[in-house]
This record gives sequence, C-alpha cells and structure tokens, in this order.
Amino acid sequence: MSLQNELIQHIPRLRRYARALAGDAVRADDLVQDTLERALVKLDLWRPGSDLRAWLFTLMHNLFVNQIRAGGPVHCELDEASDVPVRGGQADALAVRDIHVALGKLPSEQREVILLVGLEQFSYAEAAQVLGLPLGTVMSRLSRARERLREIMEGQAVVKLQVVK
Amino acid sequence: MSEITEDDMHAYVDGLLPAERRVEIEAWLAAHPEDEARVRVWRMQNRGLHEAFDSVLNEPLPLDMVRAASVRHRASRPPWRAAAAALALVATGLIGYGIGVRGQPAAMEYAALPRDAALAHVVFSPEQRHPVEVDARHAGHLVSWLSKRLGHELHAPDFQAQGFALLGGRLLSGQAGPVAQFMYEDKQARRVTLYVRRDGAGQADTGFRHAREDGVEVFYWVDRDLGYALSGAIDQAEMGRLADAAYRQIGR
Repeated sequence: MSLQNELIQHIPRLRRYARALAGDAVRADDLVQDTLERALVKLDLWRPGSDLRAWLFTLMHNLFVNQIRAGGPVHCELDEASDVPVRGGQADALAVRDIHVALGKLPSEQREVILLVGLEQFSYAEAAQVLGLPLGTVMSRLSRARERLREIMEGQAVVKLQVVK
Repeated sequence: MSEITEDDMHAYVDGLLPAERRVEIEAWLAAHPEDEARVRVWRMQNRGLHEAFDSVLNEPLPLDMVRAASVRHRASRPPWRAAAAALALVATGLIGYGIGVRGQPAAMEYAALPRDAALAHVVFSPEQRHPVEVDARHAGHLVSWLSKRLGHELHAPDFQAQGFALLGGRLLSGQAGPVAQFMYEDKQARRVTLYVRRDGAGQADTGFRHAREDGVEVFYWVDRDLGYALSGAIDQAEMGRLADAAYRQIGR
C-alpha cells in the first residue's frame, strides 16, 4: 500500500477525533485538512516503520494547541448540537447531546486525553507520545478528566430533573 | 495479588490489562463498591463517546482531504502548472469582475470534474484490500444507497461486452455535495472508474469531452442533472469505447 493510501486510511479517525475535540464540524474538518497538509510537508521527518497514526495525531495536537494559543474558539458544541446524528430514541439523542455539551466544558488538555484514550483507544504511552507529556502527567490528566466529566454530566442530569419537576 | 492502584482501574476500563490482572481487578471491585461505581461511570463515558462520534467514521471522505493527503498527485505536479492555474484564476477573476459574469462558479466547477474524477481514480483504483466500500455482490443495494445519498436515481452501466465487470462503489464528498464512484475491472486487473455527481441545475447537457490528468484518460459529460467522468489509465481509444457504452446506457 502506498504512503498516500495509508494517509487516506487514517482520515476517518482523524475526523472523528477532531469532531469531538473542536465540537464544530467545519472547524474540525479544517483541522484535519491542515493536519494532512502539514503531514505532506513534513513527510520526510516521519520515520518509516514508526506509527503513522500516532504521528498524525501529534501533528493535529500541535495545530490544535497553536489555535488555542492564537485565541481561537476552544470548543463550539452549540453549533453542532442541532445536527447531531441520532439513532434510536429521544433518550439517546439527549445523551449524545449531553456529552457534546459536557466535552465543551472540559479544559482542552483534559478533553484531549480523555478522547485519545476513551475514543481513539490509544495506549497511555501512545497518548503521552502524541501529547509530548510524561506518562505520569497523562495518567493524572486522565483521572481528572474522568472525574470532571462525571461531575458535569451529573450536574446536567440534576438540572434536567429539576426542570421535569 | 499486588496492590490495586487507580491507574490499574483506568487500564481495566480501557482494556489495556492482561487477562490475569483483569481477574484480580474484578475481584477487587467486587469487594469495593465505591471503586466499582467509579469504574462503571468511566465505562459509560467511553461508551458515550463512541455513541456520540463513531458515526463520523461512516461519513463520506471529503475529496479535499483526499487531495490534501495525495502525495503522488502533489509530487507529480510541476511547479509551472500551479503557477499557470493561479494565473488562470486571476484572469477569470478579473474578467468576471470586469463584465459581471454570473454563473462563473458553475463553470469553474465543471472544469474541476475531470480533475476530481482523475484524483479519485488515482487514489482508489490501486487499492487491493478496500478498492470499494460496497462490492458488486450487493449491486442492487449499492446503486440504491448511492442514489439515495446523491438524491438522484443512478445506474451503474454494464461493461460486460467490453470485458469489464463491476467491482463495486463508494461514496465521496465533493465541494458541491456527495459523489459516487463505481469501479470496474477486466481480466487483466485493469481498472476504470465512473465518477458521478450532481451538477448545478440548468447546466446544459454536453457532448463528450476528453482530458488527460496525471496520466489518466478521462472522458466526461453532463446529462441532465448529473455530471459523469469515466477514468482509466488505459488506451484512449478503448476508454472512448467504454465511455460511449456508458453514455448510451445512461442516456436512456
């Protein structure tokens, strides 16, 4: 398989991660597009035989961090909430929307860790490589992210119960 | 049993532990309800993330991204061509501005038809493992699925008489909307692809046109609401015969 086709094989997962990271579909796809363009420019820096997926996610992480530093919007879950693809019933739709909103409330460095591990199923060592962090930092961020996400989701559930009453 | 740490419980949730360690964690959780409750919440979070975002994996690939990832395409494009394209853009822009031409975007999109089709051909036709998303064993499903996504009834032409059998098809996402690609193969494993997209309403039907893009022969035409482009890295005359057969079948 050519390197070109290998890159293309990774696009769907880059898009999934970017969608969850950026919230808004257009901004997410721009991030993927930028990542691919950067990857082509830097392709001779990638060592054949090493993990292409981890390398691509590293490039995306760097671009994402630069956007935040430049003062771009961190997460726009509200634009997305209206056209979340939904299967199943109303309850599922609400749950999916809840997680979009809750992710937007996580600090971006926690959101990255929980998405790389929980959604993209990177090992902790791979996530550390992608984020350029020591393993211990990844573990403590993961722990904080999961705890914070639980608090946010429970808070949303409480609000909803109050509305129902 | 060594001590159970919080890291172990995360690794348990994320499926990163060997089987024997899993058993130890499960025994621990059975005896520690608070930890068990935390682990259950983390699991639900992982599942929730997949439920919310896995559908992105099934969205059609945007052609722009395919192009961005397209190493060979980039590398084989001589610099003067990019410069010429930029000049052409400036020129059309000026003319458009000067005389207020409307419908310029449609004309430019039409020009992109053979280029986009050739790109999609070059990217997907060498694929050995996944040349198509839906293969020809499910031809009926393939055509109805692609028709639904394009919002227009499609037909996959039959090239048996020319020695090419349908392999299957895939859905892509072009700048103007969804795009269908049908792929065919002959006994020598040569492949041709038919690229079909919705074209702007009111676009006049055209006869055949021919282009050569990066060594790919492309015959393209517009028939009612659809733009077609047949691409293959094979002899121009043979491609012409295939395109002719497609045109006659689809036109009916």
